[in-house]
Amino acid sequence: MIVTARRAAGFCLLLLLALLGNATWVQAHKADTYDHMSGNRRPQIIRYQQPRGDILVADAPITGSPHTADSFDLAYGRSYTDGPLYAPVTGYASQLYGTSLLEGVEDDILAGTDPRLGAWPVITAVTRRRSAAGNVATTILPAAQQAAFNGLASTGNKGAVVALDPTTGAILALVSTPSYDPGAVAGANRAARAAWAALDGDPDRPMLNRALRETYPPGSTFKVVTAAAALASGTVADPDEPTATPDPYPLPETHTLLGNEADGCRNASLRHALTVSCNTVFAKLGVDMGAEVMRRQATAFGFDDPKLRIPVAVTRSVFPKSPDRPQTALSSIGQFDTRATPLQMAMVAAGIANDGEVMRPYLVERLTRDDGSTVVGTERQTLARAVPPSVARRLQRMMQDVVTTGTGGNARIDGAVVGGKTGTAQHGEQNRAVPYAWFIAYAKPSPDAKPAVAVAVVVEDGAADRADITGGGLAAPIAKAVMTAVLSR
Amino acid sequence: MSRWRRRETAAGEPLPPTRRNTEFLLLVFAVLVPVFAYANVGLARHGSIPPDTAKYGLGLGLLVLIAHILVRFFAPYADPVLLPIAALLNGLGLVLIYRLDLETPNVQAASSQLMWSAIGVILFAAVMIAVRDHRSLGKYAYLAAAVALFLMIVPVFFPAINGAKVWIRLGSFSLQPGEFAKIILVVFFASYLAGTRETLMMIGRRFCGVNLPRGRDLGPVLAVWLTSVGILVLERDLGTSVLYFGAFVVMLYVATARIGWILVGLILIALGAFVVGSAEPHVHSRVQNWMDPFASIHAGLGPGQLAQSLFCFAAGGLLGAGLGLGHSILVGFAAKSDFILATVGEELGLTGIAALLVLYALLVARGFRAGLTAPDAFGSLLAYGLSAVLAIQVFVVAGGVTALIPLTGMTMPFLAQGGSSVVTNWALIALLMKISDRGRRPLAPIEEPVPLPEEVRA
Repeated sequence: MIVTARRAAGFCLLLLLALLGNATWVQAHKADTYDHMSGNRRPQIIRYQQPRGDILVADAPITGSPHTADSFDLAYGRSYTDGPLYAPVTGYASQLYGTSLLEGVEDDILAGTDPRLGAWPVITAVTRRRSAAGNVATTILPAAQQAAFNGLASTGNKGAVVALDPTTGAILALVSTPSYDPGAVAGANRAARAAWAALDGDPDRPMLNRALRETYPPGSTFKVVTAAAALASGTVADPDEPTATPDPYPLPETHTLLGNEADGCRNASLRHALTVSCNTVFAKLGVDMGAEVMRRQATAFGFDDPKLRIPVAVTRSVFPKSPDRPQTALSSIGQFDTRATPLQMAMVAAGIANDGEVMRPYLVERLTRDDGSTVVGTERQTLARAVPPSVARRLQRMMQDVVTTGTGGNARIDGAVVGGKTGTAQHGEQNRAVPYAWFIAYAKPSPDAKPAVAVAVVVEDGAADRADITGGGLAAPIAKAVMTAVLSR
Repeated sequence: MSRWRRRETAAGEPLPPTRRNTEFLLLVFAVLVPVFAYANVGLARHGSIPPDTAKYGLGLGLLVLIAHILVRFFAPYADPVLLPIAALLNGLGLVLIYRLDLETPNVQAASSQLMWSAIGVILFAAVMIAVRDHRSLGKYAYLAAAVALFLMIVPVFFPAINGAKVWIRLGSFSLQPGEFAKIILVVFFASYLAGTRETLMMIGRRFCGVNLPRGRDLGPVLAVWLTSVGILVLERDLGTSVLYFGAFVVMLYVATARIGWILVGLILIALGAFVVGSAEPHVHSRVQNWMDPFASIHAGLGPGQLAQSLFCFAAGGLLGAGLGLGHSILVGFAAKSDFILATVGEELGLTGIAALLVLYALLVARGFRAGLTAPDAFGSLLAYGLSAVLAIQVFVVAGGVTALIPLTGMTMPFLAQGGSSVVTNWALIALLMKISDRGRRPLAPIEEPVPLPEEVRA
């Protein structure tokens, strides 16, 4: 009986070992999955157990955390000052519906659970002691944000504006309309449910951050990228030499004729083609260089980067993979499957303004503790070198021509050097939908100064009259207002 | 047998130590750990040590001291580790329940659990004093079987609570007679097998290379199986039936060394479990829930209890959130009883779970050791059976709340809220200590063999 008893004891031990193994599986291996599973209310409970940290704009909080209940659960809520203005920056923190954008990405800091908030981060990580909530200081410039928001709102259309500091990558304005008040969905009451249902069901999708999460055909603004590729690859040695371009340009291998809105595009020089926005010249250049050169140039400006974080995730902008020759022609003028976020087109303008160096865009200046000390600050970082400085300077002069003599006259600012490019992107079935109006630009306070601001504006679904919806008419004035706000800081 | 006689008859050799002082020292730790844990909860929640910490510590200390003094008189050579582990588990259980009481101001359970613990220690004392020799229990084998069956069947006539008919409810007072039945049933099994194991080992028929038992020997096995499945069907209690059957199979194997019978048993229980699991809706839903604990979330109904329990364990991670700082109350109504382990998992982490499992493993190992040193087959089998019951119960409960096996409504021995469970387990510990005392006692001459009842011997 002793042998069998020992075996039975071994069996019992095995049972307990199985438990230990399973506990290890659940608590060590599956823990992260379970912690973030929908239905697990812990993140919410932790988030609202103590006053939530603030998101700062120009060192002033644009959020608050009022006491909402006396229970351990949902004791503190979230409030927003100027909610619709800053919604594309803050996102929402809702007691019912989770978090988005900065509220989501920096939740650990704002909730006080990030071990770096403690005096001894390693020990804090082990003891899991919660610190007072930290704050998130953004790079937003209130005047620029307000100018962009007012400008877009005055058109009454959907759209987005992004403004960058070209030399650092700091995001100065980030606007998306129609906007919403995140404070309306912050609570856990019936009003919040109703507000959520209305926002969620709204066909205009107010909670969509169009500046970061929507891609548009960039239209003629993409010609800047094509011009950069032509100059950098040596396909065009001198921007003032005439190009051998017919008008209209028959798309290769097809009977389709590509025309121009502007006059004087036949054999136009690169400079003139950009100034008046000739489709034919850039379509032909794209075909001559080939899709691979175009694609490489787009990637050098930041296209096709699925991992871009500011630290909020940004949707990838694309230049189509292996298009045929007629598709390459259309892709090179920002049509067909070329798609870009407003942030991406602001990065194109910023890269050219910054002598060819594209800085990594960032929205968070630094994370701070309750007492104001810095947890971590964002360092300026080069994302990519898009074109050599000499090419960048030629492009700058061409873009400045667009504003002084071309389609971008509405962006002219007295006493400042402004370079820009208009765009009117066709889209929809057979391009019949109301086009998108684009404008990208940069501005320097003086010819020898460093660039102060780069901006991209897109306005969807403009007025019914198609001819009026050009980037120069709708979008350029908004860009001008934003740049003026930055220049006068 | 007097003190004098014990010293005298050791044939000149030094007496083995009683280890009672070791037990006392371990008991000091077993009381201090829960007291510190209690203070810890207060510090974590209110920033101050609860004012009644001293009172609570003294209360627990007093209970344990009474048990210890009784052991000194009535089982002086008993294993010194059993009582401290039981005390520690019971103390920790009280702290965990007190901690969960903080989340449910309207339902306080810690004080009644303390009362049940006291009753448990009284039963412990009763076993210590009344059962002078464990062998005397063997005489009551068939009485035990009858009582056990009665206890198991009674709840059928009471309304189901939370889907399982395992309760007797009289006013606000509820009992789980199945808990008491488990010890009594093991007494019967041990007695039956001690009397018939020789016969069972010798006679059998070879069939397909396996030694199968004779029909008449198979009778009791079948009876137990039928009872188990009957409980499963009538009371919708998968856990208890697995517990009874598992304990019986283990004891049968230990007694007869017949793998073939174990196979028969396992096939039978698997068959029974499969049929009931697919036909009986309550059990069936438990199985479904086990296969996909998160189905209700995907269906938009929010997390079920098992999902909440898994969330607790996940939230605890390696080191836990700290006592008083977790959110295991989200589990819902059985957080203090069936799901008490989720609180351990969340607040003490994998470290705490591992420590707890080691405690149970030690308890089980010491139980088996008591069986190995017992002077008689009945005592050995009783000790093995009781230890196996502990191990299987821990496995069924802990495996259930961590989704290793389908969830069944049972309580973690000593830890969980539940009067019947605590009281029964104190009696179980008392029996194990009695057996180990008999085995380690230096005198241990088997003065006169305790006769087995005629019917069992036949």
